[in-house]
Amino acid sequence: MRFTELAVRNFKEMWRDPISIGLEIGIPAGFLVIFWALGRSLGDESFLTPTMLVPGIAVFGFAFLLMFSAVVLARDRESALLSRLLTAPLKPRDFILSYSLPYIPLVILQILLCFGMGALLGLEALGNAGLAFLILLVMGICCVELGMILGLLFNVNQVSGVGSVIITLVALLGGIWIDIEAIGGVFYGIGNVLPFAHAIGGARNVMVHGAGFSSIATDFYWVLGLCPSVLCFRYFPVQAEDGGMNKRKL
Amino acid sequence: MSYGTNSYRFAIQTLSLSRKFGDLIAVDGIDLSIKEGELFSLLGPNGAGKTTAIKMLCCLLRPSSGTGMIMGHDIYEDPMAVKRTIDVSPQETAIAEHLNAWENLSLIGGIRGLAKEEVKKRSEELLEMVGLAKRAKEQVRKFSGGMKRRLSIAMALVSDPQVLFLDEPTLGLDPQSRRGIWEHIAELKGKKTILLTTHYLEEADALADRIAIIDEGKIVALGTPQELKDSISDMQVMVVKAKNLPLDVIEVLKYIYPEVKATEDGIEIRAKELSFYEIVDYLRPRGVAIQSTSLKRPTLDDVFLQLTGKELRE
Repeated sequence: MRFTELAVRNFKEMWRDPISIGLEIGIPAGFLVIFWALGRSLGDESFLTPTMLVPGIAVFGFAFLLMFSAVVLARDRESALLSRLLTAPLKPRDFILSYSLPYIPLVILQILLCFGMGALLGLEALGNAGLAFLILLVMGICCVELGMILGLLFNVNQVSGVGSVIITLVALLGGIWIDIEAIGGVFYGIGNVLPFAHAIGGARNVMVHGAGFSSIATDFYWVLGLCPSVLCFRYFPVQAEDGGMNKRKL
Repeated sequence: MSYGTNSYRFAIQTLSLSRKFGDLIAVDGIDLSIKEGELFSLLGPNGAGKTTAIKMLCCLLRPSSGTGMIMGHDIYEDPMAVKRTIDVSPQETAIAEHLNAWENLSLIGGIRGLAKEEVKKRSEELLEMVGLAKRAKEQVRKFSGGMKRRLSIAMALVSDPQVLFLDEPTLGLDPQSRRGIWEHIAELKGKKTILLTTHYLEEADALADRIAIIDEGKIVALGTPQELKDSISDMQVMVVKAKNLPLDVIEVLKYIYPEVKATEDGIEIRAKELSFYEIVDYLRPRGVAIQSTSLKRPTLDDVFLQLTGKELRE
């Protein structure tokens, strides 16, 4: 269980950066309040009800988590700490686990915070909240894994740029505050391929319509199947040292 | 010698080790044999291929061709066995900035499979050795460059590796910090097999049992520091400190002697045969105010210059 040492380090590294953690938790909470207030101004027919907003805002928060995990890994790569770690007798799965597990408490905290804030603002969940939680949890882990891939491919500065693009894509194509099905066309087509709309849609189905697992199975497996951890399992050590978009000096 | 079921003659051995990046040949078929307990230095300018060679030996990069053996384990065939015998202090400080010194050592000890008690004992010893015991509980992002470098070396030692790779361990440090790190490395001589890369001549000269000079990916010379200096001892170097040294006089000297270098306070002349009187008699009538003259022993700088035609600090 050598990976636990590295997982503990990554956990400490994350929690000892209070500004990033604060932004990570504060931004989704802030957006939830802003869009709830906007929804109230628009009236009762608005799309922006707490029940519709909570899954979307939770996934929106994961996009920031994605950037966070990417930055930590990119920083370790740039500082050559990752090179040092790669000379230890650790297997690729040890790296994947130690760079993923520390974020799971943050994913859970973020979902619970969104649910808690939503409850304060008038959330009315009809279905099993645990099922909605599950699909959001998988989406959160998926974002952490995607962040790891970005962290392997880009340096810290590039991650900020690429991360901003992803946050925008999640916001627009995930259907967080607009109904992409109603928009249709290419916009809907692309959004439907990406996992974000499936996670949000699945969780909304559970909460708004009281759907059971069988009704959201497609969404759930879509999110799970696109979780990129499988892709980077064998890829991690090779990409960490030998590749990347930033060729090191000799 | 034997190590488990594995037998070997050298702690580190490379066999035509090569690495290409596209059309660039970073390491070009190097053959090295380093004995157990030896402190071996790869000396060369930036971009010579030193770090690439170390990365291949640490199983971080795959060789394009050839291979290397660490304590009898092939880097290509059995990287996990290699990783169990080595540790490395990379060129960058490579530490976890938000952890304290103690936690950094525990991290490396832990991922290398040491028991907690052993990590604690080794960490105490190493923090004492590198002079960081009093600041062990501070987050290392507050440390100076020299302190970070010392911690980086301690991290490479925490697992008590048989083979230690030190990649430019004093890069960018001030002379005082550099000498402090030299002392720590000197303490390890004979106890560990160390492959040290550097582009500081004094560092290789002061520490290494043997030196391989590497340039453009190739080993151009190999031997003890003295052997390397002796290899060019047929070259004499005359140092003339003088004032009023006109450029046209230096140009004429360049026609007579193979190497004439203008320095801040005079000239250095290199040749197989130097006539002291001939040079002085040529300079004086031309108004050159000679302050002193001396014959200099060859340095590694001279060796490098002669072998590669360029200065190491370029």
